[in-house]
Amino acid sequence: MAVPLRRCLVQPADVARVIDRIAHEILEKSAGARDVALLGIPTRGAPLARRLAARMAAFEGVEVPTGSLDITLYRDDLRMRGVRALEPTTEPPGGIDGKLVVLVDDVLFSGRTVRAALDALGELGRPRAVQLAVLVDRGHRELPIRADYVGKNIPTSRTENVAVRLSEVDGVDEVWLDTVTEGAPA
Amino acid sequence: MKHLLSAGDLDHDTAVHVLDTAERLARIADRPVKKLPTLRGRTVVNLFFEDSTRTRISFEAAAKRLSADVINFSAKGSSVSKGESLKDTAMTLEAMGTDAVIVRHSCSGAPHRLANSGWIGGHVVNAGDGTHEHPTQALLDAFTMRRRLRGGVGDLAGLRVTLVGDVLHSRVARSNVLLLSTLGAAVTLVAPPTLLPVGVETWPCATSYDLDETLPGSDVVMMLRVQSERMNASFFPTTREYSRRYGLDRARLGLLPEHTIVMHPGPMNRGMEIAPDVADSARSTIVEQVTNGVSVRMAVLYLLLGGADIGAPAPAEAIGEPVPAGVA
Repeated sequence: MAVPLRRCLVQPADVARVIDRIAHEILEKSAGARDVALLGIPTRGAPLARRLAARMAAFEGVEVPTGSLDITLYRDDLRMRGVRALEPTTEPPGGIDGKLVVLVDDVLFSGRTVRAALDALGELGRPRAVQLAVLVDRGHRELPIRADYVGKNIPTSRTENVAVRLSEVDGVDEVWLDTVTEGAPA
Repeated sequence: MKHLLSAGDLDHDTAVHVLDTAERLARIADRPVKKLPTLRGRTVVNLFFEDSTRTRISFEAAAKRLSADVINFSAKGSSVSKGESLKDTAMTLEAMGTDAVIVRHSCSGAPHRLANSGWIGGHVVNAGDGTHEHPTQALLDAFTMRRRLRGGVGDLAGLRVTLVGDVLHSRVARSNVLLLSTLGAAVTLVAPPTLLPVGVETWPCATSYDLDETLPGSDVVMMLRVQSERMNASFFPTTREYSRRYGLDRARLGLLPEHTIVMHPGPMNRGMEIAPDVADSARSTIVEQVTNGVSVRMAVLYLLLGGADIGAPAPAEAIGEPVPAGVA
């Protein structure tokens, strides 16, 4: 594979602002987030969900139950490559039955991860409604899925790769665009 | 990894990875819907030439929770009683299209033969072969120890494990010694001299003939079943004498440190190697081991069958290691 060209699209301070805005939007749309539960999709959706919950607590003093949902076992491309390692699934305190569940992920791309998450969700319980929050929407949907809260719309080509870095996982908050001249996108 | 034939095939990181995967999958048991779509369309055959309750049901439950199709085969009531060979039975299964064969056989090495003979193309999991190995039992034992004494994370470095009883006929003991030493535990085998196998001094463990001396320094005591059905000679004078010297009763339980757990792979001879009140005590993990068995077997099936089909055997590829990108 050729050496990718890299470009930083979102700086650390902007990542924080974007998260603040999404937190405000969720509060606004759900009239104070009284029955909201946040469910992050590992790896980077999980810390994102925790940060959103922390910001919502700071803005309105609401304690939003937060969990993580590993979707590996529900993927439709398991047979396409080697076995993937599993990530933790933790149900938000109080469960998800009757809640407005907001799924949180870093990048929305084909929509297949979200489809798998919806399947996984159905076996945890029955939410009142499900919404989707993503830090980056890079387009190229392969399924009829859209996000309710979008941090940044980043139009990309399929040969490019959007890499979200979060301080909890990578030590720094950034979004990079890698242009790969050869090989497939992640 | 293509097959799971021996606990000795697992290196440290792979073994920890299996346990971590099992820890994740164990959470499924707490859910209202205990089902995952992961192995949909895969066929798993339970090929059991020897009697079993726990292991067969455990593998069946594990495969079904992952949505695989399960075919149960037991030698009793099959063409094996008409004299069909292992080879012909295997080729029949292959012709029906099976992705994995879980095999238990009274002959040591039968799973190895099945995996390396070219008779079948699928994955082979050893579910107990003769007096040789029972790797998934060792994995579930390690999983239980890790959960109880290490908070469910990491390896078993420094854990003092004592295995007591019929080591000679025990595939559980052999697999446990291999796996536990890989995970960093210090294993001691306690048995009468007649029930220790030839060459045990080359195993990665210590041995002792004296149970009472070993118990105070144990974090885990695992009692092994006296396998009368495999005994073709007299290995100890009377069952009463065996029980007196090597059985775990209430008095011996008092010699154990406060935190020590008591394990038994089952089936138990109550009153022989373990007293009934010890088996039912709060320190006993015997029922928990059965529950954990399902999680561990789900992990093994997922790691063997969950990814892309590997056409040719690829021994270099570690379990769970992602294949390099290129097919996203």
